[in-house]
Amino acid sequence: MEQEVLDLPEGAVPGPIKAPGAKPMMHGRKRPVWEIGFEVGLEWLIRLCGISAILFVFGIFAFVFREGAGFLFSGRFSLPKFLFTTEWYPTSMSNIRYGVLALIVGTGSVTILAMAIAVPFGLGAAIFISEFCTGRIKEILKIIIELLAAIPSVVWGFIGISIMNPLIQTVFSVPVGLNVFNGATLLALMSVPIMVSIGEDSLKAVPDSFREAALAMGATRWQTIVRVLLPAAKNGLLAAVLLGIGRAVGETMAVLMATGHAVKIPHSIFDPVRTLTATIAAELGEASVGSDHYQVLFIVGILLFTITFVVNLSADLIVRGVRKG
Amino acid sequence: MDDESHTYPLIRVQDLKVRYGHREVVHGISFDVQKNEIFAIIGPAQSGKSSILKCLNRTLEFIADAKMSGSVEVNGVDVKKVHNVYELRREIGMVAPLPVGLPLSIFDNVAFAPRASGLRDKHELDALVQRCLEQAALWDEVKDRLNSLGTKLSGGQQQRLTIARALSHQPSILCLDEFSIAIDPVTTMRIEDVLKELKAELTVVLVTNLVQQARRLADRTMFVWNGEVVELGPTDAIFSEQPQSQKTYDYVHGIFG
Repeated sequence: MEQEVLDLPEGAVPGPIKAPGAKPMMHGRKRPVWEIGFEVGLEWLIRLCGISAILFVFGIFAFVFREGAGFLFSGRFSLPKFLFTTEWYPTSMSNIRYGVLALIVGTGSVTILAMAIAVPFGLGAAIFISEFCTGRIKEILKIIIELLAAIPSVVWGFIGISIMNPLIQTVFSVPVGLNVFNGATLLALMSVPIMVSIGEDSLKAVPDSFREAALAMGATRWQTIVRVLLPAAKNGLLAAVLLGIGRAVGETMAVLMATGHAVKIPHSIFDPVRTLTATIAAELGEASVGSDHYQVLFIVGILLFTITFVVNLSADLIVRGVRKG
Repeated sequence: MDDESHTYPLIRVQDLKVRYGHREVVHGISFDVQKNEIFAIIGPAQSGKSSILKCLNRTLEFIADAKMSGSVEVNGVDVKKVHNVYELRREIGMVAPLPVGLPLSIFDNVAFAPRASGLRDKHELDALVQRCLEQAALWDEVKDRLNSLGTKLSGGQQQRLTIARALSHQPSILCLDEFSIAIDPVTTMRIEDVLKELKAELTVVLVTNLVQQARRLADRTMFVWNGEVVELGPTDAIFSEQPQSQKTYDYVHGIFG
């Protein structure tokens, strides 16, 4: 068909012609309508995909908020009491109290200790794999570390109860092995893979010319890493750490099994605690739908949501600030 | 021949061969570089020019399957037997084809190598950074913003920053690998002027595929083709009407390449 169009004498070309005697547009070719329509449709589809993320986030928030809202605004609920008291007795016969401070401290202590273990470990592994390993060892290490991420969290819980528990009891000679330290160790091991893979990616993204330039100036490998590569990769490394924190705050099953499930503020890392997530997971099934207890658990959900939102937002702001500076 | 006894060449390369895996790209090259000269290596792409430079400061060993044989002596010491490779690398300033601004401030870019070698004194660092930036003809443009990121400079400025950085470890040899391919002619001329001045203090090895640049700057020129030396001699002879090889004549007069 194209051939025909080209062979036609000037002025007789079919299709959109602007003025009599005007030359045909680029070779007189036309793209089929379905192809143009397909492109437009595809563009709208990916636009929808992009926007849907917003819809999902707000949708989930709205749903969780609706479930908890009834009690939140009922007058029987006091926010300061909820946030700043440690008494969590949702099923008490005489005096029902909903104080989540101990749960917040539980989540916080497990997360912080987990990060204190996982950040040096994870970033160290990322640096080792990216800068000191070559060839086969590198590939094997990467695959094995990613396998670590594939272990289901309930299996980690098993390990917490059956291996870590007696181990902690004998090594540190404490009466209970299910405690902050146990949960934090599991969480650290769970968040190391994501830190390693994101951290390794961000180090790999640093151009080789930086390494060559630094080494050619007589810097040692370690000086190159500390003074050039880490500053160059800091955004990615920060993202790696924050994803690890996100994983640790949100993790439920392993900490439910390994932290001892006691609602109290810990005085040492060998005290049992309970986290916000574990509380929701353990109690939601037993609270009757629509009851105060049920609604309070959703308020705990809102709280959890807010914490992760604040962590992510501040991370974003830090990264932005770093980028600007 | 008698000269050799008292003016020892700064760089002496003998029968240098470089292989990447099974592919040999430099097939036994020998040359000397004298003190305080500008020595140009010209030749088309893929002829092994950059590989030769990488042998001088042993950065070739960062390439996984690269191997060199033959001997390379810098200041009379075989680079393969040098006991402190970091010192060797500080002896040789390297400027890469594309400007590499490290993601640090302008000051830190230049202060990187002195700090790496252990210089901590603030005044000494300040003075050294200023001197290097002046030598690279960049000081006037950046003296008010030494703390802003080096990567925000323009391409030509970044290339001069790279030169300042290469000078910061006070090398006796400055190697430039096609420094002008990413910058404009005016900046190129400024850097060429800088090189002419630096010649009084150090020795310059200039790898270039701009034959006219070699003609403007070099005392001696080596024409490399497919990993072999076609001709090595005073720049005037290479660019004369009758060089030793017809290939040299054709290349420098733009008949091929």
